[in-house]
Amino acid sequence: MSDRLEVRKTYKLLVNGAFPRSESGRTYEVLSARGEFLANVAQGSRKDLRDAVVAARAAQSKWWSSSAYNRGQVIYRCAEMAESRRAELAEHVGLAEGVGAKQSAKSVARAIDRIIWYAGWTDKVAQVFGGANPVAGPFFNFSVPKPCGVVAVVASQDSSLEGFVDQVFAPLCTGNSVIAVSSERRPTPSILLGEMTATSDFPPGVLNIVTGVTSELAPILASHEDVDGIDLTGLDQSAATELHALAAGSIKRVFRSSAHDTSSSTRRLRTFIDTSTVWHTIGQ
Amino acid sequence: MAPEEIGVIIARSNDAPTIESEAQLRALLSGLSGVDAVGVEARAAKLATRSIKKSTKMTAIDLAISMVDLTTLEGADTPGRVRSLCTKALRPDPRDLTVPSVAAVCVYPDLVAQARTALGDANVSVAAVATAFPSGRASMAVKLLDVREAVEAGADEIDMVIDRGAFLAGRLGQVYEEIVAVKQACGDAHLKVILETGELVTYDNVRRASWLAMLAGADFIKTSTGKVAVNATPPVALVMLEAVRDFAETSGRVVGVKVAGGIRSTKDAMKYLVIVNETAGSAWLTPQRFRFGASSLLNDLLMQRLKQQRGAYVRPDEFSGD
Repeated sequence: MSDRLEVRKTYKLLVNGAFPRSESGRTYEVLSARGEFLANVAQGSRKDLRDAVVAARAAQSKWWSSSAYNRGQVIYRCAEMAESRRAELAEHVGLAEGVGAKQSAKSVARAIDRIIWYAGWTDKVAQVFGGANPVAGPFFNFSVPKPCGVVAVVASQDSSLEGFVDQVFAPLCTGNSVIAVSSERRPTPSILLGEMTATSDFPPGVLNIVTGVTSELAPILASHEDVDGIDLTGLDQSAATELHALAAGSIKRVFRSSAHDTSSSTRRLRTFIDTSTVWHTIGQ
Repeated sequence: MAPEEIGVIIARSNDAPTIESEAQLRALLSGLSGVDAVGVEARAAKLATRSIKKSTKMTAIDLAISMVDLTTLEGADTPGRVRSLCTKALRPDPRDLTVPSVAAVCVYPDLVAQARTALGDANVSVAAVATAFPSGRASMAVKLLDVREAVEAGADEIDMVIDRGAFLAGRLGQVYEEIVAVKQACGDAHLKVILETGELVTYDNVRRASWLAMLAGADFIKTSTGKVAVNATPPVALVMLEAVRDFAETSGRVVGVKVAGGIRSTKDAMKYLVIVNETAGSAWLTPQRFRFGASSLLNDLLMQRLKQQRGAYVRPDEFSGD
């Protein structure tokens, strides 16, 4: 009997719950940290992002109108999916980041724990960042945190899974929809995670992942007027400053950070919420 | 075919063939060659892949805007909604005076008077759907009354529906006579005949119905009401455009085409413009001969127009809903 032919995987985009190739038909080679061929990955284009934004906009209201409890369940389920594919994730993190088996397994475990942390946040955001305000009059006055809408994420170039998880789930858990541009040289762990969201009851379009050349894709999202916030972590300082200025053209919320911040900070959570204040008369 | 060529044909040909009996009509329609369904679909798909860029795209967007019949055909329509729609029709983007007005506002007959008042003498027509729209199932007297009232209220264009039941049952004479009668009732108003191609089943039927409507005096043939599952599709538009082209060649009378229903994006509109150009010719690339019946299409056209100018994608809520 002859040797079995290997089934090779095509790494595709995640747009509107489907896994299309890039509209442009382009792909690029991704190498492992040791310089060996790892995969051919779809090289997303301007029009892929355009489609992703349309999908994200359409999905956002549905995602936000589902209960916070339900969003937590969906995100928790994503952690369950990741848990059962830990070995595969660890292998890809190891290859992409050039770290040993032990270290990559730990990194994946931390990433999954982080997803659960965000699952827990969904129904606590309103309590922690909102509240009843004291006012001088016969009124209730509430501050209610709401999602800012569609958030673009330029993923960390180095931290292929942990960083990605933080960047994507922070806006998701507060009710935003997300378009993420994966790490240019280390995209495969994020693609795997995207595949897991497809079996976690995420409504299509809530999370979209586009792989490709960061310097080509990020400015399109920064200038897109129908994007409400952008996380510029995956860019160096000068590029981030340039895109920060572009983002100002449509008054986006911008999150900047020099490196992947591993502390349990709520800064990302807080960046992508708008607080609306409601007055209500006190009834008898 | 170039416009001047058509001019030549119009000058030298006689009127459309006169129909004297149902038997003659039947013979004429069954004498039309059948449509190669696979071929027409392949050609429409091929034309749809053509890419239009930069200044050509800007021109095409402006042309498409000027071809829109801005439509509201909801049970919940109000005079206020029609007024705001008319304002939008006159000046689709109030910040940019270079945006052309649309071709017409299309409403139910009872709202024609409001639209007429709101539009005044502006170069935007009032179109009314009449003849028991969208099913076309009413007595002849009711249909004609519907048309006369709309025309009296100030409609410039009447969109009538054919009786698909009669057409599919083979009562071609009845359909023909209805169109002739409605055309008479229209007086000076232009008559658009809705074939409701989604219910005609085959491309052959679309071709026959197109010819029947044109022979009976239609000024425009229109694909759909927008109220059934299948609306305008590129292959159907192609078949109808072939019909108007052939009709113009044989009879010398120029008939327009209106595609309606389900056309929401600039991309869709561009596809149809390419099909028009490649089938009937550039002479049909004018609002007098080609129209889009649509409501949400206009906003997408405006968005794409602004995107071309600004170089960045625009948010949909830049433009009003109605």
